[in-house]
Amino acid sequence: MLSLPREMLDQVVAHARRDHPDECCGVIAGRDGVATRVFEMDNAERSPTGFSFDSGQWLQVYRSLDDADEEPLVVYHSHTATEAYPSRTDVLWSKNTEFGHWLLVSTRDGTDEVRSYVITDGDVVEEPLTIT
Amino acid sequence: MSIEVRIPTILRTYTGGEKAVEAKGDTLQGLIDDLDSRHSGIKGRLITDEGKLHRFVNVYVNDEDVRFLGSLETPIKDGDSVTVLPAVAGGAL
Repeated sequence: MLSLPREMLDQVVAHARRDHPDECCGVIAGRDGVATRVFEMDNAERSPTGFSFDSGQWLQVYRSLDDADEEPLVVYHSHTATEAYPSRTDVLWSKNTEFGHWLLVSTRDGTDEVRSYVITDGDVVEEPLTIT
Repeated sequence: MSIEVRIPTILRTYTGGEKAVEAKGDTLQGLIDDLDSRHSGIKGRLITDEGKLHRFVNVYVNDEDVRFLGSLETPIKDGDSVTVLPAVAGGAL
């Protein structure tokens, strides 16, 4: 289960809408599984069908988490023409990341569908997303 | 000379849980070879079978992504710092 404060979720959705039709991406940091802050990342691909973290910015964010004893809790990104479900590319990359949760926002047709997943060794399991 | 290499959580299984380890080398390639001699298997997570830097990792020398320097040929000198991070990407397809 992923639990997020309303303002964090609103920030993620606003980011997705702002970057539409390109995909947005970012990090929600946490401590002991509790979300602490949101980092809006630059999508180095600037693409409607893909994202990658800007490598220089990611180093700064990762270091900031390390210094504050926080963890990379959630990676979020948007799908701008398809549903909020992890793609094959997402699953491939998930094997190599440290995020416990994959949060997806779909901005297709002006909707903002938000869903959360745990991806373990390629297995995608949707989880309840609770707004606090 | 010995260089500090910072290791991300996901690769610490190779370093006995250590966040940072020491390695030697004149280039990034040499450094990774040396790292693998002490932490067997880590090289396979950093370099592909074709001998290229793996796209799933970012390696930085003094905070510069080596893809913008000389990749595996990037020279390493005393006092440099090396950081490895998991690259993060995905997409709709």
